Amino acid sequence: MTWLFQFWRSSIGGKVIMAITGFLLFGFVIAHLLGNLQLLSGPDKINAYAKMLHDLGPLLWVARIGLLAIFVLHVATGIRLSRANKAARPVPYAREATLQATFASRSMVLTGLSLLAFIVYHLLHFTLGVTNPEHYARKAAGAGGHDVYAMVTTSFSNPAIVAAYVVFQVVLFFHLKHGIQSLAQTLGLSHRRFMAMIQKLSFLLAAVLAGGNAILALSVLFGIVKAAQ
Amino acid sequence: MKVVLHIWRQSKKSTQQNFAQDGKMVRYELDHVSADMSFLEMLDVLNEQLTKKGEEPVAFDHDCREGICGSCGVMIDGQPHGPQRGTTTCQLHMRSFKDGAEIYIEPWRAAAFPVVRDLVVDRASFDRVVQSGAFISVNTGAAQDANAIPVPKPDADKAFDAATCIGCGACVAACKNASAMLFVGAKVSHFVHLPQGRVERELRAKNLVAAMDKEGFGNCTNQYECEAACPKEIPVRVIADMNREYLRSKIKEEPPSNKRVGGDG
Repeated sequence: MTWLFQFWRSSIGGKVIMAITGFLLFGFVIAHLLGNLQLLSGPDKINAYAKMLHDLGPLLWVARIGLLAIFVLHVATGIRLSRANKAARPVPYAREATLQATFASRSMVLTGLSLLAFIVYHLLHFTLGVTNPEHYARKAAGAGGHDVYAMVTTSFSNPAIVAAYVVFQVVLFFHLKHGIQSLAQTLGLSHRRFMAMIQKLSFLLAAVLAGGNAILALSVLFGIVKAAQ
Repeated sequence: MKVVLHIWRQSKKSTQQNFAQDGKMVRYELDHVSADMSFLEMLDVLNEQLTKKGEEPVAFDHDCREGICGSCGVMIDGQPHGPQRGTTTCQLHMRSFKDGAEIYIEPWRAAAFPVVRDLVVDRASFDRVVQSGAFISVNTGAAQDANAIPVPKPDADKAFDAATCIGCGACVAACKNASAMLFVGAKVSHFVHLPQGRVERELRAKNLVAAMDKEGFGNCTNQYECEAACPKEIPVRVIADMNREYLRSKIKEEPPSNKRVGGDG
């Protein structure tokens, strides 16, 4: 345990924890999008998918607790590192210049904390049914369980909700754009040939994931996916 | 040419504890500056004028004035060593500035680099990091034949890129987090690509990182400002080298043994 704690406390250990938990969360974002794309194939597909997840029972809780642990570790380590970074320069410069750092890299703490707020809202909205209980309460005909299709489509018929989701996808894009390529460097992967490739791939993956999520919400708003009655 | 300088000056009553904060940016106008002067020569002219007026000259570090000692780093308009890439302050010339330019000159700002006076900071934290393992601890004896230990050219190049570090601290000054990882990465990379350096690689990575953390430098967030500011243009590849070496050393680390050392005697 001391070994693990010392590793977590060290500067590079902290970075490695950020990289590994970040990579796992990135994997979750991919799986989340792939699952939700079934919305495009109509109510039966997405509702059956939701029921399948719910029927996992204890396994679902293993996944949820695991995900929560990864998430908490990512946020807690991020906060610890950024506090140490603030302390490392107590007196700021009168004149500051930025030479080559990207906007995305400089706003990781800001985009990260914004995403944290968004995820809390997202869970209250769709998982716990607190913010829009009338959408959450809809039951599926026949099969039983939640009518996920109806819940999602009625929510995304509301332009204000869609706007909030789309704005946060932009935030997610910036967080992933720096995060994906950053984890390669942190895990010791740096090569003149591959770095350029990794940076382009990082941009592309961030755009596809954030764009894919945004398209789901927008396609309901613009009637491409029909809202349930 | 004429320049307007804004320089961080210590207040007279500064104590050792509050040097970093206790001062202010003071404005100086300097006329008849030659475009062929180096930046430090321009400061020399300013200091001569200040001395003639009976004022305290601006304290700044300098030594070789040929770009190899690493003493002369100051922050110029928010950029370590000024606007020209791959150049130390002493090798920067006034032709890099426009006539009438307003130039802001500040000391490196980092908790691990306490301000001594005006533009001079104490970089002993770098020395302590080097003392923790940036060397090879074998008795080398007499110099052996250059070709006795073959080193592939690409490896020699990687080691040499890292070895060009002059320890000026521009990487720490430029980093948004005041992290020293380019410097420490250069020390790791300098040795790990060579057969002689590989013998102690685990111990070196572990000790260097521990010493760096102890000094209170920040953490790298892969923004690569250091690489752009480094007067020797050391690539951020050395940070990846260090990350890899540190991970390797942590994975290979043996748990402490329960065996009694020295037997029963």
